[in-house]
Amino acid sequence: MLDRVHDLYDELERSRVMLSFKGELSADLISVILGLMERKLDAIEPDARARKRVFNVVVECLQNLYHHSGPSGSEGHAAVIAKDPHGVVMVAQVDKGYSVLTGNFMAGAEVDRLKSHLDRINSASPDDLREWYREKLVDGTYSAVGGGGLGMIDIARRSGGKLEYAFVPYDHDNAFFSLNVNVTT
Amino acid sequence: MEPLQLEGSPKTPHVHFDPNTGLLELKGRSIPENSIDFYKPLIDWIDKYGRSPNSKTALHVQLEYFNTSSSKCILDVFKKLETIRAAGSEVSVLWHYEADDEDMLEAGEDYAGIINVPFKMIQIAEVDGK
Repeated sequence: MLDRVHDLYDELERSRVMLSFKGELSADLISVILGLMERKLDAIEPDARARKRVFNVVVECLQNLYHHSGPSGSEGHAAVIAKDPHGVVMVAQVDKGYSVLTGNFMAGAEVDRLKSHLDRINSASPDDLREWYREKLVDGTYSAVGGGGLGMIDIARRSGGKLEYAFVPYDHDNAFFSLNVNVTT
Repeated sequence: MEPLQLEGSPKTPHVHFDPNTGLLELKGRSIPENSIDFYKPLIDWIDKYGRSPNSKTALHVQLEYFNTSSSKCILDVFKKLETIRAAGSEVSVLWHYEADDEDMLEAGEDYAGIINVPFKMIQIAEVDGK
């Protein structure tokens, strides 16, 4: 293990990782991560608009993890969450901007719905996304966490690119959801 | 009726609602995990204020960031103002956005298109108290 610390450091350095975290997110921890993120962006990103977009995407991604890594769905899903209530988040600099990566377990039964939501987002133009956001805003339905399904649409609007995602089956009831949001600057 | 005053925090805006002048201010950032908890007292306050509002009510919104969870709550604030205006008093929203922040300007335009209250878009150099 000890000899791998330097490899890990090298890997993080080579991948230009600004921040990575695996574990259980609390509201306080999110505040700390956002504070850190803001300081780093202030130091390396001269364009204020880009800084804001990256920060906004990180806010929405962390809050998605926070709201969706709690027990939900079938008993089997709750069991996995209880055993490993962890999400993972990583922000890295890439050639044309920033990459915000997140991963978390979710109920397998929800995969199709999320996948079709993401596919619909990816096939929409920026104007379509703006219109869709407006429609969702006015339709007045709140989800349990108050977001009303706006989060992913907002993330896509700030990204300016396509959302890259994957679902890896974990067991009968669960899947691991990975999302990569590239924010081009 | 008492004014509503809340200090800003890294995730919630500074709030100052003054019933005597009709001046309502929301400043800073609005990115809490549970926006409904934060906005409920604000919406309740405006609801009560609306029973005998000032002849003029102006809401200044000056946000650097807001999350999607807040966006619905902010709409609910505007809807309360719409009701006050419909009852016959003068109501306006002054939507401030930083000069480089087209996204914030667009968000204001979207609200202006949804809500039947006059909006004024005001470009500023920087959000107060950053």
